[in-house]
Amino acid sequence: MIPGSDYLVTGIFGLIVATTVGGALLAVLSTRIIRSVTGLAMCCVGLAGLYYFLNSPFLALMEILIYVGAVCVTIIFGVMLSEPDEPEPQEKRSREALWGGVALLVSAAIFWGVARLGLQGRWPAPAAPVGDGSVQAIGISLLTTYSLPFELISLVLLVAILGALTIAHGGRGKE
Amino acid sequence: MSFLTAEPVRLLLALVCIMAFVGLNAAYLVLAERKGAGRFQRRPGPNEAGYGGWLQPVADVAKLLSKQLIVPPGTDTILFRLAPLMVISPAMMCLAVIPFSQTLVARNINVGLLMVFSFGSINVMAIMLSGWASRNKYAIISAARVVSQNVAYEIPMLLVVITLLMVTGTMDLNEIVRQQAGWFWHWNLFKVWVNPLMPVTFVIFFICMLAETNRAPFDMAEAESELVAGVFTEYAGMGFGVFFMAEYANIVLGCSLGTVLFLGGWQSPFGLWPGVVWFLLKLYALIFTVIWVRWTFPRTQFYNLLNLSWKILIPISLFTLLLSSAMIKLF
Repeated sequence: MIPGSDYLVTGIFGLIVATTVGGALLAVLSTRIIRSVTGLAMCCVGLAGLYYFLNSPFLALMEILIYVGAVCVTIIFGVMLSEPDEPEPQEKRSREALWGGVALLVSAAIFWGVARLGLQGRWPAPAAPVGDGSVQAIGISLLTTYSLPFELISLVLLVAILGALTIAHGGRGKE
Repeated sequence: MSFLTAEPVRLLLALVCIMAFVGLNAAYLVLAERKGAGRFQRRPGPNEAGYGGWLQPVADVAKLLSKQLIVPPGTDTILFRLAPLMVISPAMMCLAVIPFSQTLVARNINVGLLMVFSFGSINVMAIMLSGWASRNKYAIISAARVVSQNVAYEIPMLLVVITLLMVTGTMDLNEIVRQQAGWFWHWNLFKVWVNPLMPVTFVIFFICMLAETNRAPFDMAEAESELVAGVFTEYAGMGFGVFFMAEYANIVLGCSLGTVLFLGGWQSPFGLWPGVVWFLLKLYALIFTVIWVRWTFPRTQFYNLLNLSWKILIPISLFTLLLSSAMIKLF
């Protein structure tokens, strides 16, 4: 143990939280959609860091592999193929401001509720780490304790594939 | 001396060593590539700077470092400057979990294999962002190609790795190497009694590795005869240099992974004296093969490239996956 390693850990945790929050803000506030996706990717990397701090490296790496490596790449690819990337300057309308205010209120209320629940809810005793995080442990728990969520996820994927097939059914040039 | 053996300090030192390893490899693999190209094309290659040209990398790096970093007007400045960093840093991070020998590993984590693939997937995004930020038609075309190529080859790569994972049962890279102790027929490459198609999976792995690192015959990212320099077109000086460092870092990473997964890592072929020497021998033999392939095969057409992945490699790798699960269940 070297002196000051506690500060080091706190510093890294602060950096991860800053990455998450900064990425989320960038995703929401940027007007260029590619920058927003970059913010989303940053946010996902930060989330992965938080998972790592919660003692689940498998989940952290999966977060990066799926959300940064697959989801964000697909989004950017879709954007690059479709949209001109310069947003049109548009005048502010009063109704938009009104709806923005309502959305802000609703999300603030949700945030307050979730934060209150997280801080003051009567949670059961802190869960001990399940298994040793090895492939066998994860596989066994996916196929026994958590088999229903596992199957539901495959159902969601099936629906997504069917949706993609329906969209692609028209084929090229029949728009 | 307890300060030097503390874990954070040891990790920091290891990471510095990895950076030096990546830098030196990038510099001297460029030389090896050029000398190799010369040999394959029956010409001497660089031979003026130093004896046999061994000072050539020094001259190249000095030239790249002294050039101005130009950010062309109209680019997305932040992303344009950030992209080279985003390409090189994941490759360096992944090298931290590669076991060069039984003890010579920066950080051995029990999901090391997954870590290599998850951070490796950031590479695609970084290349695509650099192409987009350049505001250049060649760069955009090249970025679109890179994504479709990498998405197509990521699938057979992961299927092959899952096949291997079923055989090894662990994602701990050092443990995978330890399982391959003994003579060379104990390496995963030759374990035909576990899965008769093991050599085929290695070939698929190697092809996918070439495609993922954007090497010829799959170098759609650069394609200098059609796209100027692809995504690197607008980069000058060390921006360009960092992209090349990242390419060679990714080659080193991919070949290290191939060595660890299929060729027994730091195990010797005779079951005696395991050590870092064997790892480096196998690593550089694989890297030589990569260079050899580049100067032997012409660049493939883009449609052939995608057909190869979707119509040949994915079905075969799915079949090996099924076969090895069946064999594990039966025997």
